[in-house]
Amino acid sequence: MIVETGAYLLALALALSLAQAGLSAAGRARVSPVLAGAGQGASIASAAAVFASFLTLVWAFAASDFSVANVAANSHTDKPMLYKVAAAWGSHEGSLLLWCLVMTGFGAALARARGLPFRLKTSAVAVQGGLSALFLAFAVFTSNPFARLDQVPAQGASLNPLLQDPALAFHPPMLYAGYVGFSVCFSLAVAALIEGRANAPFWPAWGRWVRPWALASWAMLTVGIALGAFWAYYELGWGGWWFWDPVENASFMPWLAGAALLHSAVVTERRGALAGWTVFLALLAFTFSMLGAFLVRSGVLTSVHAFAVDPERGIMLLAILGLTAGAAFALFAWRSPQLKGGGLFAPVSREGALVLNNLFLTAAAATVLLGTLYPLILEAASGAAISVGPPYFAATFVPLMAVACLILPAGPLLAWKRADALGAAQRLWVAAAAAVVLGLLAFALFEPKKAMSAAGVGLGGWLIVGALVEVAERIRLFRAPGAETLRRAKGLPLAAWGMTLAHAGLGVFVLGAVVETGFKAEAARTIAVGESLSAGPYSARLDSVRIAEGPNYLAEQAILTVTTRDGRAARQVTAERRFFPAGGQTTTEVGLDFRGVDDVYLTLGERRGESARPAWAMRMYFNPWARLIFLGPALMALGGLLSLLDRRLRLGAGARRKPA
Amino acid sequence: MRRALTIAAAVIVLSGGPAVAEPAVAPDRPLADAGQEARAQALFEGIRCVVCQHEAIADSPAGVASDMRRLVREEIAAGRSDTQIRAGLVERYGDYVLFKPPVRIGTWLLWFGPFALLLAAGSVLLLRGRKSASGETSPLSVDEERRLAERLADEDVTS
Repeated sequence: MIVETGAYLLALALALSLAQAGLSAAGRARVSPVLAGAGQGASIASAAAVFASFLTLVWAFAASDFSVANVAANSHTDKPMLYKVAAAWGSHEGSLLLWCLVMTGFGAALARARGLPFRLKTSAVAVQGGLSALFLAFAVFTSNPFARLDQVPAQGASLNPLLQDPALAFHPPMLYAGYVGFSVCFSLAVAALIEGRANAPFWPAWGRWVRPWALASWAMLTVGIALGAFWAYYELGWGGWWFWDPVENASFMPWLAGAALLHSAVVTERRGALAGWTVFLALLAFTFSMLGAFLVRSGVLTSVHAFAVDPERGIMLLAILGLTAGAAFALFAWRSPQLKGGGLFAPVSREGALVLNNLFLTAAAATVLLGTLYPLILEAASGAAISVGPPYFAATFVPLMAVACLILPAGPLLAWKRADALGAAQRLWVAAAAAVVLGLLAFALFEPKKAMSAAGVGLGGWLIVGALVEVAERIRLFRAPGAETLRRAKGLPLAAWGMTLAHAGLGVFVLGAVVETGFKAEAARTIAVGESLSAGPYSARLDSVRIAEGPNYLAEQAILTVTTRDGRAARQVTAERRFFPAGGQTTTEVGLDFRGVDDVYLTLGERRGESARPAWAMRMYFNPWARLIFLGPALMALGGLLSLLDRRLRLGAGARRKPA
Repeated sequence: MRRALTIAAAVIVLSGGPAVAEPAVAPDRPLADAGQEARAQALFEGIRCVVCQHEAIADSPAGVASDMRRLVREEIAAGRSDTQIRAGLVERYGDYVLFKPPVRIGTWLLWFGPFALLLAAGSVLLLRGRKSASGETSPLSVDEERRLAERLADEDVTS
């Protein structure tokens, strides 16, 4: 009964979203606050209905109601409660419901947003309602998560054990919050194209309205992607964290477009310029989100032919994508010629630097887009099969982003409109010196000698010190008396600290990625108890192997002692292989020993050798600075959050201020 | 009883006994020469395991990947160059086997598209910048800002 209520609530939410779109559109057309208010009410009610529907699905999973097809296919009574609940969004149907939940939730937040002009807001709520209705219809008609089974199985088929992991339980909600958060930017952009006037002072205000949504979505997407990469790192057991896999790329495209959007929205807000471009990016970010959903959900990635196997969902998603993005970009093509104007600026200026940042971020997004779609297009067009993997991105994406990183620290030091390039260069000499010293040190100290990796270390230093220089400038560190510096630091808006943190976080990530990729060491040996293997400056001795029992699995656990090569600083590490009887799968649990920012990474393989003297295939990786790869994105997301908090304060302050 | 059976099954599976889901893969034998082995490892990173989703043979636990690794090591030991080895693999499995797609007319868009986009957009911006550099406007004055706020407020029936 509860489950039927969930299905009913989902259908109700669809009706409410349609009402939201219809009432808001009518409210806008007749300039009627009553109709518009009803549309906003429908938006909030729709979110409430999806939320309740989602709760019933979570309940069905928590209670292991195997009469529900989705639960039977993805859950099991032996599973820990966290993974029973997380399985609610582990399947196609469940994750689509999560998508709808986030979408209507953001729609409700938009409906409650203050300070937006009536026409723009009403149009945006109407567009958001239309988007929600499309995805809810997709859920109701092709992917009902509440479908019942005629014959109730005694036990469920369990969730893929690889996915039973804390990082992966929270990865989809964060990722979707980011993906779908961009839908509000999309709706605001469409509304702006409908309502915006040429040369009106409308655009700076619009930039201010769209930025909090872009910031929140981008920060959550950052966390979601980082969690996914961390999961791949310690769960798949290959020592890698990013494989340029199409599924990863699908989440990376909206991130890049969102990062570009954040920056170009600043220019629109402060200077009224680049309005058309900012609108374009707002449309693009959510289009990439939908494209990602299509790629991942349609099966088209495995092969063009797999797409034909279950075409209904794929075609529906493609239709939604084509309809929404097609309509929005057509509207853009029609209206954007009127979006000229705004403050002019010289090539060397804050605006100029942000334009360059946008150019490179967009070109980088283009490499990811092409690298992901090209094999599919080529195979469909000519039948030729190619693979696009890490070497392609190393040759295209990496140099583009490296140039973007080179420009980055200069941007915040340049003045708006027209800047003094020499002045910025003088202030950046500390960062440049630090970068050169770090690069040289890396070249001298790290083995084997790699010039490019050493240069990458220098680039990371350039970003971090460059970000710190900017803050030091603003608070007049060492130039003014300490009290003055402290006063300035307190007075610095949170957004400024947020920017510094995000830029330094990028530098931290670059350091980690470059050093881990360039200088990781690996060893693989079959060893018996008492024997050891070594990688980098560390050795691992196999002390014992035992069988242990988990809640829904059995594990073979290898206890190892990790020491430096000369036998000091001993620490015990457990590496496991888990067997899940419910699905018959085996997974590896990596033994991770954190050594400062370095990781010693151990995986237990198959048992080999004669039964009298068993031995195990062990793999050991020394991943230098790997901690920084995940610390960097955390700092970037935190920077986004700080910026967001600041905006809320400023919007509040703006509302209180009376016109002079 | 059921649990005992499960444990027994697990022990068999975990110890690589007959009930193993994936066939036992013969362990890799690294090349004796450290330089040659380093070359082999570098090659593994760029070669796709032809039966896997999106894995290099360096990472894949599949049997095919193991065979391909052995093949590459054998060819290195036989004195073939990296280019010859890659060409041999392409002849056998097609372009699909390399993670670095070939540069030919059909893949120009893939390889040069992003850079062309960058150049095109950059030139458009430069040209536009030249055109508009003649006229200079000032940012909104305090008065203009106030009028903007008022106009927006007028428009705002209620929200």
